[in-house]
Amino acid sequence: MAAAPKTRGLPVEDEMTMRIVRDPLYQRLKSTRSRLGWALALVMMIVYYGFILLVAFDKPFLATRLGEGVTTIGMPIGLGIILFTVVITAWYVRRANGEFDALTEQVVKGARA
Amino acid sequence: MSARRSAQVLRSAAATLLLFALAGGTLAAGVDLGQAEKQPTNWTAISMFAAFVVSTLFITKWAAAKTRSAADFYTAGGGITGFQNGMAIAGDFMSAASFLGISAAVMVGGYDGLIYSIGFLVGWPVVTFLLAERLRNLGKFTFADVAAFRFSQTPVRMFAASGTLVVVAFYLIAQMVGAGQLIKLLFGLEYWVAVVIVGALMMIYVLFGGMTATTWVQIIKACLLLSGATFMAFMVLYSFGFSIEAMFAKAVDIKTGIATSTGLSPDDAARQGFSIMGPGGFIKDPVSAISFGMALMFGTAGLPHILMRFFTVPNAKEARKSVLWATVWIGYFYLLTFIIGFGAITFVLTNPQFLDSKGGLLGGGNMAAIHLATAVGGNVFLGFISAVAFATILAVVAGLTLSGASAVSHDLYATVIKHGRATSSSELRVSKITTIALGIVAVVLGIVFEKQNIAFMVSLAFAIAASANFPVLLMSVLWKDCTTRGAVIGGFLGLISSVLLTLVSPAVWEVTLGHPKGSALFPYASPALFSMTIGFVGIWLFSVLDRSPRAAKDRAGFLAQQVRSETGIGASGASGH
Repeated sequence: MAAAPKTRGLPVEDEMTMRIVRDPLYQRLKSTRSRLGWALALVMMIVYYGFILLVAFDKPFLATRLGEGVTTIGMPIGLGIILFTVVITAWYVRRANGEFDALTEQVVKGARA
Repeated sequence: MSARRSAQVLRSAAATLLLFALAGGTLAAGVDLGQAEKQPTNWTAISMFAAFVVSTLFITKWAAAKTRSAADFYTAGGGITGFQNGMAIAGDFMSAASFLGISAAVMVGGYDGLIYSIGFLVGWPVVTFLLAERLRNLGKFTFADVAAFRFSQTPVRMFAASGTLVVVAFYLIAQMVGAGQLIKLLFGLEYWVAVVIVGALMMIYVLFGGMTATTWVQIIKACLLLSGATFMAFMVLYSFGFSIEAMFAKAVDIKTGIATSTGLSPDDAARQGFSIMGPGGFIKDPVSAISFGMALMFGTAGLPHILMRFFTVPNAKEARKSVLWATVWIGYFYLLTFIIGFGAITFVLTNPQFLDSKGGLLGGGNMAAIHLATAVGGNVFLGFISAVAFATILAVVAGLTLSGASAVSHDLYATVIKHGRATSSSELRVSKITTIALGIVAVVLGIVFEKQNIAFMVSLAFAIAASANFPVLLMSVLWKDCTTRGAVIGGFLGLISSVLLTLVSPAVWEVTLGHPKGSALFPYASPALFSMTIGFVGIWLFSVLDRSPRAAKDRAGFLAQQVRSETGIGASGASGH
C-alpha cells in the first residue's frame, strides 16, 4: 500500500482517525456492534457447552423417548443446535450488512467531508 | 443375515468404536482414516477422478494467466465474491475424513456421531461475530498482517509464521496419510503412488494457479461433495417415505437384531439397539468434553488456511457473507452425514455384499458412506463418490500448502528478512519455491507416517490453532493494552503447551508411542482448556508487565487500528497495490 501523504507532520489518516474517534455516530456503531457480537458469541457458547455438559452429566435425559416411537428428545436438540448455529449467524450478518454498514458509511462520509 | 455374521458385524463395530476411543483419547479419533486394505483397481472411479483432474488443470491454466502479482497469488486479487468464498471455505473445511469418518461414527454409535459433528460447526458463528469483518479490514495476505498490525513486525511475524507452519504441518500429514489410505482403498493404487499423485497435483494447482486455482478447486469439490451427499441422503429418506422416525425405528431394529445374535437377552439387546438414539461412551469425563469442545470451537477461528480466505473478498460485507454461506453449507453437510450414517445402518449392515469374511465392513470401518453409495446408486455412483473423496483431499491440501507458503514468503521473507522491501516478484518466487519444498516434505512425511497412528494430528492442529493463533489474534485486535512482548510470549506459551500436553496425553504417549496404559501424565483428550488458558493469561500478564518504549507505541497504535478495523478506512483494496 502506498504511504499516506503527509500534512503538517501528521499523515492524513491520523487526522481522519481523530475526527472519527470524536464522532458520536462512530462511538455508537462501535459499542452497539461490539456488544451485540459478544452477546451472541456468549449465547452460542452457552448453547454449545450447555449441550456438552448435558451429554456429560445427564445422558438418560437426552435418550428420553418423545412419544410412542424411538425418536428421542436428544434428536431435536442436536439437530436444533445445527439449525440454531446457522440462524444466529444469518441474523447477525443481516443486521451487520444492513444497519451497521449504513452507519459505517455515514461515519466514513462524515470523516471525509 | 445369519446370526453368526451379525455377531461378527457387531464385534467389528465394537472394535471400531474401541479403536476410536483409544486412538483419540475418546474424542478425537473420528477424523482418522486408519489403516486400509488395498482393493481391486476401480476403473470407474479412476476415470471419473481423471475427469476431475483434467478440468481442474484447465482451470489452473486459466488461473495461471491471471496470477501475476503476489496479491493474485495469495488472494486471487481480492476479487472473489462472498458466496464463492463461502463455498470455498466449506470446501476447505469439509475433509474426506469428516465425510467418511463422521458417517462411519454415526453408523457405529448413532447419536455420538452427531455430538462430534456439532463441535465442528459451532466455531463459525464465533468467527463471524468477533473476527470476520475486522480480519478483512486489517489484513492483506495472511493472518499475521492482522496480528502484527500495530506491533513490532519481526517478533510477531516470526510467532505467526511458527503458528501457521506447525498447524499446517500436522494438518497436512494427517491429510496425506488419509489420502494414501483412502486411495489405496477406493482406487486400488499403491499407497506411495497415491501420496505422490496428491503431492504432485497440489503443487501444480498452487504453483501455477495460486489462490485463484485453489479457490475454484475448493468450490468445485464442495459442489460435488454436497450434491453427492444430498443424493445419498435423499435416497435413504426416500426409501423410508421421508419419515425420519421410520428410519430411526428400522436402524434400532437392526442394531437390536445384531445384539440379539450375540446372545444377549432380549431386554439387553433392545437396550443396546436403542442406545444409538442417545449419547453413548463418546464423552466420558466433563473436562475432556469441554476441552475438546474448546479446541474445535476456537480452533476454527485460528486455522491459518481458513483465516487466509477472508482476504480474497473485496470488503467486510462480503467477508461476513462468506462465513454465513460457509456455515450454511457446513451445517447442511453435517445433517447429510447424519442421515448417511443411519442409512449405512439400514442398507450396509444388512447386506452381506458389503461385509468381508470376518464380518467387518469390506475395506474397513470408514467405508460406510462408500458402500452406501453402491447400495443407493450402483457402481457408477460408487465411482463418483470415490472420485469426490479424492478431490476433497486435493482441495484441502492445496489450501494448506498455499497458507504455509504465504507464511514463509510474506511473513518471514518479505517482512522479517527484507523488512518489507521485497519486490512483488521476488516474494512470488519465494512462495513458489516454498510450495515445492512443502510439497516434497508432505510426500516424504506422508510415506514415513504410513503405518503410524496419526489420529491425534488433526485434533492437535485444532488445539494449537485455538491456543496460539486465536488468542494472539483476538487480543491484538480487541485489547487496547496488548503489547508485542505479551503477544509473542503468550502466543509461544500457548503453542508450546498445547504440543507438550498432547505429547504426554494418552492418545500419543500410550497409543502412538507405545508406553504402558495409564502412564500418560496428562489424562485428558484435548489440551485446549489448559493451553488456551496459558496462552491468554500469558498474553495478559506479559502485556501488563511490559513497560518498554515499544509497549507505549503498541498501546498508542490501538486507536488507529480500531478505527480501521471498525470502519474499513484504509483497508487493503480489491486489487494489489
